[in-house]
Amino acid sequence: MTLNLQARIPTGPLPQKWDKHRFEMKLVSPANKRKYTVVVVGSGLAGGAASATMSELGYNVKCFCFQDSPRRAHSIAAQGGINAAKNYRNDGDSVYRLFYDTVKGGDFRSREANVYRLAELSVNIIDQCVAQGVPFAREYGGLLANRSFGGAQVSRTFYARGQTGQQLLLGAYQALERQIAAGGVKMYPRTEMLDLVVIDGQARGIIARDLVTGAIEAHVADAVVLASGGYGNVFFLSTNAQGSNATAIWRAYKRGAAFANPCFTQIHPTCIPVHGEYQSKLTLMSESLRNDGRVWVPKQKGDKRDPRQIPEADRDYYLERKYPSFGNLAPRDIASRAAKEVCDEGRGVGETGFGVYLDFADAIKRLGKSVIEDRYGNLFDMYERITNENPYEVPMRIYPAVHYTMGGLWVDYNLMSTVNGLHVTGEANFSDHGANRLGASALMQGLADGYFIIPSTIGDYLATRKPAKVDTTHAAFRDALAGVAERTKRFLAIEGKRTVASFHRELGKIMWEYCGMSRNEAGLKIALTKIPELRAEFWRNVNIPGSDAELNQALEKAGRVADFLELAELMCIDALHRTESCGAHFREESQTPDGEALRDDDHFAYVAAWEYAGEGKPPILNREPLVFENVPLSQRSYK
Amino acid sequence: MNLTLHVWRQAGPDAPGKMVIYEATGVSPEMSFLEMLDVVNEGLTERGEVPIAFDHDCREGICGSCSLMINGVAHGPMRGTATCQLHMRSFKDGDTIYIEPWRARAFRVIKDLAVDRSPLDRIIQAGGFITAPTGSAQDANNILVAKESVDDAMDAAACIGCGACVAACPNASASLFTAAKITHLGLLPQGQSERYRRALKMVQQMELEEFGSCTLHGECQEACPKEISIDTITRMNRDFLRASLLGTRP
Repeated sequence: MTLNLQARIPTGPLPQKWDKHRFEMKLVSPANKRKYTVVVVGSGLAGGAASATMSELGYNVKCFCFQDSPRRAHSIAAQGGINAAKNYRNDGDSVYRLFYDTVKGGDFRSREANVYRLAELSVNIIDQCVAQGVPFAREYGGLLANRSFGGAQVSRTFYARGQTGQQLLLGAYQALERQIAAGGVKMYPRTEMLDLVVIDGQARGIIARDLVTGAIEAHVADAVVLASGGYGNVFFLSTNAQGSNATAIWRAYKRGAAFANPCFTQIHPTCIPVHGEYQSKLTLMSESLRNDGRVWVPKQKGDKRDPRQIPEADRDYYLERKYPSFGNLAPRDIASRAAKEVCDEGRGVGETGFGVYLDFADAIKRLGKSVIEDRYGNLFDMYERITNENPYEVPMRIYPAVHYTMGGLWVDYNLMSTVNGLHVTGEANFSDHGANRLGASALMQGLADGYFIIPSTIGDYLATRKPAKVDTTHAAFRDALAGVAERTKRFLAIEGKRTVASFHRELGKIMWEYCGMSRNEAGLKIALTKIPELRAEFWRNVNIPGSDAELNQALEKAGRVADFLELAELMCIDALHRTESCGAHFREESQTPDGEALRDDDHFAYVAAWEYAGEGKPPILNREPLVFENVPLSQRSYK
Repeated sequence: MNLTLHVWRQAGPDAPGKMVIYEATGVSPEMSFLEMLDVVNEGLTERGEVPIAFDHDCREGICGSCSLMINGVAHGPMRGTATCQLHMRSFKDGDTIYIEPWRARAFRVIKDLAVDRSPLDRIIQAGGFITAPTGSAQDANNILVAKESVDDAMDAAACIGCGACVAACPNASASLFTAAKITHLGLLPQGQSERYRRALKMVQQMELEEFGSCTLHGECQEACPKEISIDTITRMNRDFLRASLLGTRP
């Protein structure tokens, strides 16, 4: 351990920590805020909300996104909803219960104080979004509607049809556009961060490439916020957008930011199964479908009958059987593993045998087709468009797919990484979901970080550190610029035989096979020999046509895949070192007699924060012990 | 199946463009349209040619990046479907497919099939928001919104900002895009205080960006992947007219 991981959790009772901390943090006076520039990388919920809010406060903000508009960030694809402890249903919810559910759902690998703050802020998020005009679903009386979501026994999820992420993102985007018009935010669309600049131990800016002209430019800042999302695309096939990438956080890692729990990746149970080699992505079907859909497979291996012809007696509703109190609403990691298990037994459905049924026949009988249409209409349409099957008539076929990464850059309570001034928000950080994220919690975290946490904590950093003036003529900027330019030229000079996508696909297969839904020592060791080999071949044999002075999508992708080829190795190293099972990280060597994840709290109740040690050197493990003062450590049970 | 593609190739904004013919072979009906293009691009790359540039990201019909004119129809033949969700089962063996970028004066071609849609962002900047700085909100349930209002608002808010409406319009008008936002916000109680100013400023910006005027052809609602109704344009015109008549200050 060489890093001093100071989580900076405020003292005092849990419910008062954030309030107390907000009072204790130093403020930047209104007249001085405009003297500070904050670079924000990413324009999704975490980055868009942070940019808009910091600009409202008076800071100069530069916001970067690789898409052609900030409205396209992948937060937009979130379907089901956003949790908040409003207790509008009077069903026993509270801030404490949301906190408790999230700590437990994360299988005790998150930080209590952060999670409590998240639960507290959840109520403000809903207020804020409604004020912006987010069209959340309503009851006939005009009050907000709710639904329940996996891993919870209360109804606390707010939603806008199956497009909650889109509507929340448009709310943040509109606030952001308002600030762009007001001059507080300078937006850089179609621009990708390719390096972080650190001077005297402080993050002082970024190097970014204009994806249209190819120009590589330096941007100076007093603080940097990375809100660049998760790294699920390391698996090639995932529910992430094609452009989602790890480059910003990976470059920051190589500049000194510790990477926490990289192996914690969420496999979402309800996605449309894989159908062919050419496939470019997997499509999620919202988890909310599990509220009314029943998951089953045939009891007999190889039962190829039309699902509608299979009588009740020959069906195994395995989630309801194994987890009677949560049933189809079991948390994602558990539901995914259960699906894998029945498919591995040979009872999977569909052509490939890697699928299970999600059946709405009972719900349609009980509630009528129109109610189901109202709740899930757009999802059913989407399913039909992709599969050419009508889910009102035939049960859906679903299978787990990579969806979200709980791991990310390590941050303290102020969301600052191990590099001073480098803050990380949303999916890009590791903080709140532990080893498994509950449904409808990602939107909540992105917005809590973006609207409420970062705008407060960034002021404390700026007021206490008072960054000195630097400009792009500083040697650190010049070196970083030259490094990025050199790397770009290197890609184009390889002129090998294989496409970028072929390497990406091969990497994805390795990761899915050995570092996917279940992992074991032997497999991870195989992955750790295969990945460096593939990486070496990439740098020898990749073919990137075109030049660096134009829109060159193959070049963009090459940079991202090159980083995935490094990150994948770190993920496997982390998965190998954590010999316990916890949440989504299932080590076959560590399970209960009935096949559930078995934690090893004596040895692994910590955050694994990996530190870059230099090219070709193994990363250094730093540990932040996790202390549970409020939710006693216990074996998670959803039975 | 095997297809013949005629694809618009243009090296840069100021370079001349032309249609180039490619053969797409071994296309599976299960492929999405963009996956078919991926396969074509893989082939081009292997032959050392520059692959076709096109915008795409989520590939699940929600981000609004994809933007292809397919056989003269924005997003292709399937109603209510963005290009990324169009599957090759909508075509048959031996088909010839023409693929072009969005065509509109306001949308400059960046390369091949990718265009610059930043004018749409500037229309939002002009007023497509409700002013609610972070922290200033009251309890969410203090604002009652009738279910019908929120349902209608949501229908309009479903806009993904892809620009198909502009591409489909003979006048290259952005009226459906602009009207969808004016309708979404104007139907909600939170959006009332800025309602007329919003309509005025957004419509003015639309004109500044050199989009054409709406003459109610209705092509936009046919092309819209979210099937947003042209009724929103009526509402926009009403709000704009009222703002003009009342001398609302921009």
